Amino acid sequence: MTKTLYDKLWESHVIRTYDDGSALLYVDRHLMHEVSTPQSFIAIEKKNGTLARPAANLAVPDHVVPTTRRDKPIADPLARAQTQRLVENVARHKVPFIPLNDPRQGIVHVIGPEQGFTLPGIVLACGDSHTSTHGAFGCLAFGIGASECGIVMATQAIRQQRARTMRVNIAGERGPFINAKDIALALIARIGANGAAGHAVEYAGPVISAMPMAERMTLCNMSIEAGARVGMIAPDETTFAYLEGRPMAPTGEMWRRAIDYWRTLSSDADAAFDREITLDISSVEPYVTWGTSPEDALPIGGRVPSPDEVAEPTRRTRRERALAYMGLKPGTRLEDIGIDVVFIGSCTNSRIEDLRAAAAVVEGRRVAKGVKAIVVPGSGLVCEQAEREGLAQAFLNAGFEWRQPGCSMCVGMNGDTLSPGQRSASTSNRNFEGRQGIGGRTHLMSPAMAAAAAITGHLTDVRKLAATRA
Amino acid sequence: MTPFTTLESVAAFLPEQNVDTDAIYPARYLLLMERDGLGPYLFRDRRYLGDNKRNDGFVLDREPFTQAQVLIAGSGFGCGSSREQAVWALTGFGIRCVIAPSFGEIFAGNAVKNGLLTITLPEDIVMQLGAAAERRAVFRIDLETREVHVDGERVASIDIGDNRRAALLNGWDETDIVLREDGEAIAAFEAQHRIAQPWLFQEADT
Ligand code: SF4
Repeated sequence: MTKTLYDKLWESHVIRTYDDGSALLYVDRHLMHEVSTPQSFIAIEKKNGTLARPAANLAVPDHVVPTTRRDKPIADPLARAQTQRLVENVARHKVPFIPLNDPRQGIVHVIGPEQGFTLPGIVLACGDSHTSTHGAFGCLAFGIGASECGIVMATQAIRQQRARTMRVNIAGERGPFINAKDIALALIARIGANGAAGHAVEYAGPVISAMPMAERMTLCNMSIEAGARVGMIAPDETTFAYLEGRPMAPTGEMWRRAIDYWRTLSSDADAAFDREITLDISSVEPYVTWGTSPEDALPIGGRVPSPDEVAEPTRRTRRERALAYMGLKPGTRLEDIGIDVVFIGSCTNSRIEDLRAAAAVVEGRRVAKGVKAIVVPGSGLVCEQAEREGLAQAFLNAGFEWRQPGCSMCVGMNGDTLSPGQRSASTSNRNFEGRQGIGGRTHLMSPAMAAAAAITGHLTDVRKLAATRA
Repeated sequence: MTPFTTLESVAAFLPEQNVDTDAIYPARYLLLMERDGLGPYLFRDRRYLGDNKRNDGFVLDREPFTQAQVLIAGSGFGCGSSREQAVWALTGFGIRCVIAPSFGEIFAGNAVKNGLLTITLPEDIVMQLGAAAERRAVFRIDLETREVHVDGERVASIDIGDNRRAALLNGWDETDIVLREDGEAIAAFEAQHRIAQPWLFQEADT
């Protein structure tokens, strides 16, 4: 029997199966943050329960933490209480913890891989839908709700329905400035925000093999925006090189044994997938979103579409609503849309490679008048490295604000929000209504594209801006 | 968890696709650490303009839908964030059943753990049910017989796995079941997993 990567990961974790085809899976790793777990700890303690394996967890505050003035207590009393609750919960249950003022602190999906907590071949869960990010390492990683977090904490296991499998082959040659973010948006525009629902997606093909880990994580991160709970890439030499020497990665003899096993984790040559599609990226251009779903994405050279193109009524209603919410008229050139705020950050695009790409665009230029632009690195370690490499200074010279790590304006829980009617160019993953603040209007794009928008003050084809330097 | 057996109620119709969990429960209320009493925050930014001014146009604020226990929506309902508060806000408001052509997977998983029944039906049937909801038809959802009735007429059957159905009918708590039924199996698996992938157990387990 030939097997896909998903089959191998699934079957190596099945504790038992049920009549309806679901299974109880062993969970190797659980990431916790302050927002996903207060109710989970309460549920466990109500039963006088304990954690099955405290050391299989890693906790960090990221969603509600301020990105400025970390030397002071958190100003918002609710955010302060929630962060404090995590501190108390992990202390009581002896859960490994990275505190707020630790240099390793950052967004769960950035620090998991950075610390080597994320490894190939494992099942990893976290109370956050972008847990799909970790699949970039060839593991089975998925988001769960607070009740499921409690189940995982108490039992080290979780009931799951087996997904159908879908392979997305990425072929062709990338044009200049084309990033994994553009590829993800192009894919979601094609298959829809629900297009991969019920499927575990494996990304494959020559473009993937040549991709650095940061971009693989961006791609797997966005899988949930296509409706897939799981995104995966088979581990290879790039994966191993990234992990070797990470604090929580195996060492010595264990490392050699682990690698031997990890090399078996790829889909067999003739493995059959329930669905298979190929995306040729040779003609993919830099993408931006115009609406309130990640599927509302178009090449930057395009125009705001009209609801009249859609016959089906619920889709049409959604499009009309999106246009009204975004304050856009059909036919407007995307490049004519002015912006107020630029956010470079989030678990999609806050790694050192992302910051390098953005910094290269802003270097020697100034943020447009009236635009507020912030960079929020994904972790303290990314922050330090960016400062060492001079990226932070490049951003500051251009007029950006350089912040402390966290989720920040991706979800707007820490006070970093858009005001009603404000429009952002954002490297995050969701342009939902109100996502970045009540009435805020979000346009998603890659780090280089967001940087270009900061410089011109409107959505901009970074390729054109780059040409002006020559 | 509250068991789900049958219910009879008018249904609210939200004819939109991809209603995400940020719309169902805006992120800023995730700072609350409760799971009860979240009904007032359900669809908050649809029902209020700014923080406190009411926007009365929203379906759940129109009579008789303020009493609806059933919500009917377009495909992709509950996509996006994994926040279980989206489910707690629905049940807190009084919604016990959502009917849509498809659901966000994490949302559907969260729903079953809180006595919220999700029913997946083909798009055209959902639209017909939506039209019936708008003329204030009475829906009867019967999980015992797996049937949906509208104004006394059987219109659809409920396709649901035995495990989910049993959990809903009995109001079971999954943690209790897994610990009771599978504790030994988990320990046995872990022992064998420790031998197969010892590098995952290098930490000082206590
Ligand atoms: S950066 Fe945004 S998407 Fe990522 S974990 Fe934080 S809030 Fe969620």
